[in-house]
Amino acid sequence: MSSTARSGLFVLACVAVAAAVFAGARAVGNDYVFFAGYTVLQFVVLATAWNILGGYTGYVNFGSAAFFALGAYSTVFLHKAYPLPIPLLIVVSAAVSGLIGLGMGYLTLRLRGAFFSIATLALAVVLQTLVVNWNYVGGARGAYVIRPAEIPELSLPYIQYLFAIMLGLSVIAVATARIVERSKLGYGFATIRDDELAAEASGVPTLKLKLIATTLSGALMGMAGAPFPYFIGYLQPSSAFALEYAVNSIAMPMIGGTTSWIGPLLGALLLGTLQQVTTVTISSAVNLLIVGVLLVGFVIVAPNGLIGLWQRVFSKR
Amino acid sequence: MGEVLSYDLLLNAVTAGLLLGGFYAAVTVGVSISFGILDIVNIAHPAFIILGSYIAYYANAQFGLDPIVTSIVALPAFYALGAAIYQVYYLSFEKRGQDSLRGLAFFFGILFITEVVLVLVFGVDYRYVQASYIETSLHVGIVDLPLRMLVPCLMSLVMLASLQLFLTRTFTGRAIMAVAQDQLALQLMAADPIRIKRIAFAISIATASLAGAFLIIIQPVEPSIGREYIGRVFAICVLGGLGSLPGTLIGAMLLGIVESFTATFYGPSWAPAVSFGLLLLTLAFRPAGLLGR
Repeated sequence: MSSTARSGLFVLACVAVAAAVFAGARAVGNDYVFFAGYTVLQFVVLATAWNILGGYTGYVNFGSAAFFALGAYSTVFLHKAYPLPIPLLIVVSAAVSGLIGLGMGYLTLRLRGAFFSIATLALAVVLQTLVVNWNYVGGARGAYVIRPAEIPELSLPYIQYLFAIMLGLSVIAVATARIVERSKLGYGFATIRDDELAAEASGVPTLKLKLIATTLSGALMGMAGAPFPYFIGYLQPSSAFALEYAVNSIAMPMIGGTTSWIGPLLGALLLGTLQQVTTVTISSAVNLLIVGVLLVGFVIVAPNGLIGLWQRVFSKR
Repeated sequence: MGEVLSYDLLLNAVTAGLLLGGFYAAVTVGVSISFGILDIVNIAHPAFIILGSYIAYYANAQFGLDPIVTSIVALPAFYALGAAIYQVYYLSFEKRGQDSLRGLAFFFGILFITEVVLVLVFGVDYRYVQASYIETSLHVGIVDLPLRMLVPCLMSLVMLASLQLFLTRTFTGRAIMAVAQDQLALQLMAADPIRIKRIAFAISIATASLAGAFLIIIQPVEPSIGREYIGRVFAICVLGGLGSLPGTLIGAMLLGIVESFTATFYGPSWAPAVSFGLLLLTLAFRPAGLLGR
């Protein structure tokens, strides 16, 4: 079977799984399932997006929250200026975040890896300061985005609609990651991660590839943020730019394993669900502590994440 | 009349910037050592500074101790913490030769853990300290010199000068300057590179104890404000040229003045963007810094 056909099958399988998940969630019938599920899926998109740059090329982005917030604030801006349906908002957010990702990469990717990471932190603070000082999108006070109770055309409660959208985005993100990973592009990324100098010397256009990775990764993160204002109803700079997003989008791929699309998916599903459980049963501060401890523990003890552990247990002997 | 006023304002803005810059030098010097000299991207450094602030706060609130005295007493503890962190970092990342991606994630995790633990222990309220000099100001002509800025600035200059002397005049200090350039040569001089790096990293964390005390003298502290300092610290470090303490001082003074002007003429809510903007510009146009190699 050709690789295009296999990718097609993979996408079909993803859609089937997503449809099954949606049907399952409706069968449970409790609204909380949709709220919790939306949050977990949002992390699936963020972690997968982070991994396209961080896992495949080895450039660590600490500014996931900034790209996420860009998506969210594009929605707030358009909500006030010219309301569009969410799927279109997602396209706009993807374009905005992708462009910022491209510009960011262009400014810093010619430097050593660590500078890129520091610059992404810088970007997050610059953007947050801009948003705090920008009254049109609510400034420091935040902005209300009132969502309708349901989608009349589909007679679907709004939260189920948002959940379905996030499911769709997860399918897009995971499929993109898998297609990139198995393509020429993916092999190019891997050469950068393993030895950038050698790759450059063998004629791999490293800067171009890195720019593709930052753009793609930024755009997917923006897409994850686009429906967020409708989900939360009241968007503040501190909630859109929360460090929680930056930490989770790094921790989830690191815990799952960074070299393949399964890693971030697995990490996000496990860690995301664990966080929902601890937030409800203990407290949200403790749940953040768990994420931090797991991140540090995994990078020390299991540098290749759960996938690495799995391979170590089952491939030997 | 208007001109006299603006001259007044200008002079005070420059003075405030220099005082702020002196303090920024203390905040940055640790990263100048760890990132600039040792090539360890310790983005968790500001979190250790906040930890220092909270220790100063606790001793001040419970026993009425002076924050700077507390921070000097806490120096050995911070030194030990730094040595321990380096040991973990060395065994887990440097030795295995995979320090870039995972090392960064490691320090990011430490930053996050420190912040969350401080939130769990002390809550998210702003904390401050009390000392006799915090409320008073000196006046030289038309220039105001608030002691709450002057004391940290002077102490920070003393700290930088001693570190510079240590790095250039002692055997261990010179070994630290050499370790990033040529580990083999260092071994031939009968110095263990790992031990030297451990000492250097421990010193870099120890500076956070003092910087933390300065910080809480200057302004009230809550657990997450460390993040604002990540940008400042790395902006100064890159601006001044990596690994140069005089460069760090110049970069810090520059940033202090630019921030003070921004706050005076545009309003304080823009101040955080200044350092990061400056950092992005420096990275884009002069990545070697002003005094870079």
